[in-house]
Amino acid sequence: MARLSLDHVTKSFADFDAVKDVSIDVADGEFLAVLGPSGCGKTTLLRLIAGFEKVTSGEICIGSDLVSNSGGSVAPEKRRVGIVFQNYALWPHMTVAENIGYSLKVAKLDKAVARRKVEDALALVNLQGMGERRPANLSGGQRQRVALARCLVAAPSLVLFDEPLANLDVHLRASMEDEFAAFHKRTGTTIVYITHDQAEAMALADRIAVMDHGRLMQLATPRELYHEPANEMVASFISQGILLPADVLSSEDGGHCKVRVLGTELVVRCRPGERPRAGAKICCRSADLDVSPDGLGFDGLVKRVVYQGGAARIEFAPAAGPDLTLHFEQPDPVTLESGAQARLRIKSGWLIPAAGTAP
Amino acid sequence: MATRIRESRGQEMALTAVVAVVIVLFSLLPMLRLIKEIAAPGGTLSTVAVEAGLRSQATWIATWHTLVVGIGGTLLAVLSGTAVAVLVSLTDIRGRSALVLCYVMPLMIAPQVTALAWLQLFGPASPFLKLFGAAPPLGTKNPLYSTSGIILLLGVQYGPLVFLLVRAGLRKLPRELVEAARAGGAGWFTVLVTIVLPLMTPSIMAAAALAFVSCVGNFGIPAFLGIPANYLVLPTLIYQKLAGGGPAVLGETAFLSVLIGVIAMAGILAQEGMSRRRDYRISSTSLPAEPYELGRWRPVVQAGMWLLIVLVLFLPLFGLVLTSLVPGYGIALTAKTATLDNYRFVLFEHDAANRAFFNSFWLSIAAAFFAVVVAVPVGYLIAWGKQRWVRLLNLSVELPYALPGVVLAIASLLLFLRPIPLTGIQLYNTVWIILYAYLARFLVLALRPTISGYHQIDRALEEAAQVAGAGLFTRMRTIIFPLVAPAAIAGGLLIFMTALSELTVSALLWSSGSETIGVVMFSFEQGGDSNYAAAMSVVTVAVTFVLMLVTNLLAPHLPSGALPWRD
Repeated sequence: MARLSLDHVTKSFADFDAVKDVSIDVADGEFLAVLGPSGCGKTTLLRLIAGFEKVTSGEICIGSDLVSNSGGSVAPEKRRVGIVFQNYALWPHMTVAENIGYSLKVAKLDKAVARRKVEDALALVNLQGMGERRPANLSGGQRQRVALARCLVAAPSLVLFDEPLANLDVHLRASMEDEFAAFHKRTGTTIVYITHDQAEAMALADRIAVMDHGRLMQLATPRELYHEPANEMVASFISQGILLPADVLSSEDGGHCKVRVLGTELVVRCRPGERPRAGAKICCRSADLDVSPDGLGFDGLVKRVVYQGGAARIEFAPAAGPDLTLHFEQPDPVTLESGAQARLRIKSGWLIPAAGTAP
Repeated sequence: MATRIRESRGQEMALTAVVAVVIVLFSLLPMLRLIKEIAAPGGTLSTVAVEAGLRSQATWIATWHTLVVGIGGTLLAVLSGTAVAVLVSLTDIRGRSALVLCYVMPLMIAPQVTALAWLQLFGPASPFLKLFGAAPPLGTKNPLYSTSGIILLLGVQYGPLVFLLVRAGLRKLPRELVEAARAGGAGWFTVLVTIVLPLMTPSIMAAAALAFVSCVGNFGIPAFLGIPANYLVLPTLIYQKLAGGGPAVLGETAFLSVLIGVIAMAGILAQEGMSRRRDYRISSTSLPAEPYELGRWRPVVQAGMWLLIVLVLFLPLFGLVLTSLVPGYGIALTAKTATLDNYRFVLFEHDAANRAFFNSFWLSIAAAFFAVVVAVPVGYLIAWGKQRWVRLLNLSVELPYALPGVVLAIASLLLFLRPIPLTGIQLYNTVWIILYAYLARFLVLALRPTISGYHQIDRALEEAAQVAGAGLFTRMRTIIFPLVAPAAIAGGLLIFMTALSELTVSALLWSSGSETIGVVMFSFEQGGDSNYAAAMSVVTVAVTFVLMLVTNLLAPHLPSGALPWRD
């Protein structure tokens, strides 16, 4: 087990920066999820950590060892990392036990010791007695567990997961998620977990690194990411946040400030030290919107009502900004109809910090 | 409505019928005729032919020789082809496409030309060795006239065949399988031995089977290298028997050719068995693995690769060109002695050589043209057809090519020795029997790229035409043929190149007036006129090179892998 630190890591392919100036410190035993839309550079980041790609600039340390910088790169086989691949990457010509025991065989471990370790690993992932099977005869979930056992058995200092649940069906996903969480708790291994699925990242990770276009957008706990997004990308990416233009009217006081949004004034949460400014943005979630019960708020047009069972998803265009689309849910009884006028209010929100300000 | 149904079914039936006739005529008929000759010569069941064959000691010696050079050549081809495929596919070696082009080239050169070129390089009369004064004294035996010489050249000839198949397999190797092993602590060499090569077993086995069939059936190399040393393999034994005994010994040679067929089939069955022993199916697809960095070894490995290419390609061809410029046997080549007389002689003066160029060119063109025209509908039925029995079609078209050429040649002889019933047309002793054998043998060379072409075309293109009201023949002509034409034509060019200097089949089927380039080349060499043989070889190799370059122009329109020499 070891900590992992990335220091201003950049990886360029020809004239395209796949990863750009990313710095992350992962504590010993921490579960870090790297989250982002496809093509954001998260897989390249994993391959840099594993050593399959070389950094263009910056440094990567595993534990106290420098493993990558622009001058050179420690070979993947010398890094003691374990990887769980999206497609499992089990070797079809070996049995389950041979797959799991591969790294022990490569390390020329005593055969009896190796066999015991393989059995332990099989037990750890609930696959006792399956050692002689072929990977082709296993279900998707079982293959994933074999892959997990295979990377466990070598007691790696760091385990990398590359979208491990992307190929599984929904039911299996939930149970594997529990299994990963239990695995982390039991072993205390440092984990870097690549995914594009927010729910997965939120459920599993201590902290989440959100990436976009090769850059690190925010590195924070799931709660902070949801409630206090650092920029517009994170705000709109996480749980489909709604961004609204705002003018800040008052300085921060006790974590709140007054803003004007769509012609109405309201109080939102904000970072310490915010001052009045124009052209700001606030982020609110659909849960923060509500049909105004007392007449306060802003008017607009109900564009679409999609009934979803128990509640309807409402798309709403405010009169003060007809190009914006606000969406929220109205529980039964649904009273809004498409084409109708309505008045909404914003219950709460978060003032997105001005670009370039550190947290 | 009934008429309309009949109309639309009619065209499909007609197409199927034509295809079936072609397949029966060119694939099944010769094979059945051969089997009949063995089991029931003269119409009654008898084991006389088999017994006579089994009693002859020459049969057993030739069979033993065939196995020795077949297995030896296969081993050499598999080792060299696999090693080159691994280095080219998995390392960061430079100049990959040039390497692939040069390494695959020997495959496009006829075996007897390869044999001739190597003989000229090392023999006592070698103009190349004479350049350094290193030639052995005249009268010394050429070291290639030996078992190891035959094995060496078979390895050189078919190494590229193994290379192509193993390389195709390596390209499909998902990088995760390699990376998982490296993350598990395995170094590059360990990964190669424990993961990559085991996973490549099916490709390597398939390549070995193909190389074995090619080695066992090869005529050109053992004919040039073995006959002078009286080292006979089955194909050369058949040739000698037929050359000496004529049609009278056909029954005996039929047995020998079936024996070759059996040996070749045994090789293919052994491969099937080996590949089934374990599960090698790779289920996922992914990017290929990052190339292994050779680091400071890269210049060394690159130099080694190019040295290999100089040895197997450039030096022999250079030797061939030198020989073609020498005025006579054993004369050293200098600025004064160099001459183009050999070329003038074979191109303009020697009657048989002239006829041979004419015959080979039109035979190749006809075979290529026919194959392209037939490959499009046959490929249509195989790739897009709904009936299950058409899959069997594919197998029966492959058969005449999968079996050694000698087998087909003997089958054709048996088939046409007597005039065709009812018509009285005599094919035996004419050039037409060679054409028949070429059509049967080479059809599959155009069919394979055509089928892969079909697999890359969206079927909806045809269906759109169907919805627009086009019948099957109209669709064939206006939609399907234009779409698969590049692939089929590339196949046709492959056939042309292969047929142009073909020897195995024509050596058994030729008669005076229907000589082919290969046959005349062979008789020049047997008569000691290596210089003329070399001149003819240089001409055909040059034509082949030019055609390869022309075919490259088609490359952007071709399914990948249609042109073996393109990386």
